[in-house]
Amino acid sequence: MKWVLVLMVICATTVGDVFRSLGMRQHGEIHDFRPGAIGSSFGMVARNSYVIISTCAMAISFFSFMKLVSIAPMSFAVPMSAAAFIPETLLARMLLKEAVDWRRWAGVGLILIGVVFITQ
Amino acid sequence: MPATSTRNLTAKTRLFAVLTIVTNVAGNSFLTRGMRQLGDVGNSPLALIAALFHPWVALGVILLIAWTLTHMALLSWADLSYVMPVTAFSYVMTAFAARLFLSENISYARWIGIVLVTAGVTLVGRTAAASSGMIEGKPQ
Repeated sequence: MKWVLVLMVICATTVGDVFRSLGMRQHGEIHDFRPGAIGSSFGMVARNSYVIISTCAMAISFFSFMKLVSIAPMSFAVPMSAAAFIPETLLARMLLKEAVDWRRWAGVGLILIGVVFITQ
Repeated sequence: MPATSTRNLTAKTRLFAVLTIVTNVAGNSFLTRGMRQLGDVGNSPLALIAALFHPWVALGVILLIAWTLTHMALLSWADLSYVMPVTAFSYVMTAFAARLFLSENISYARWIGIVLVTAGVTLVGRTAAASSGMIEGKPQ
C-alpha cells in the first residue's frame, strides 16, 4: 500500500508540476501583488487548460500524500516525493525545452541514491 | 534589465523562497499530525475529503494552499529547475520538524538519504534560472 501511494504521489506530482510550469509560462511573470491584480491573475490562470490539468493532478497527488503520511513517517514521505524530480528533469528537457546540463543529471543521480537510502 | 529592477527581482525571489519553505514545512507537519490523530480513515476519496475538516488537517491544508500559491508565483518568473533548491532545503527542515514536533526516529541511513536528496536537488538547480529565455537578469 505504501509503495502504491508513493508511486501515485510521484506520477501525479510530475504531471502537476510540468503542466503548472507550462501554464504559468503562458500567463507570464506576475508583477502586481495588489489584491485586485492577484484576483484577476488568478482568474486568468484558473481558465488556463494546462493549469486545470495541473490542479487535477495535484489533487490526486495531495490525497495520496495525505493517506501516505497517515501510514508512513513524514521523514520518509516528504523526501520520497523528491523522486518526482527524476521524471520532471526528463520532461523539463523534452517538453519545457530547458537546457539540462551534466550538473542537473548529476543532481538527479544524487536524488536517486538518496531515495535508496531513505527507503532503508 | 536595470540594476534596480534586478535587485527588486532578487528581493522578491528571496521573500517568496522563504515563504515557500515555511508554508511547506509547517503545512506538512500539521497535516501529518492531524492524519495520525484521525487514525485509519480508509481509502475512499469521501473519507479523505471528510478528513479535511479535522482542525490540524485543515490548518495543514490552508498552509499548503499558501505554499502552492507562493510556489506558483515563484514559477511565473523563475524556471522549475531554479525553484528546485528552494524545495530541497525544505526536505532538511521537514526532517527536523518530524524529529522535533512529531517525535519521529530518523535512522542514520535516512539522514544520509535526506542529505543526498537535498544535495541532488540543489545541484539540479545550480544552472541558469531561465534557460528557455523567459527572463533577463536572473537572481543569484
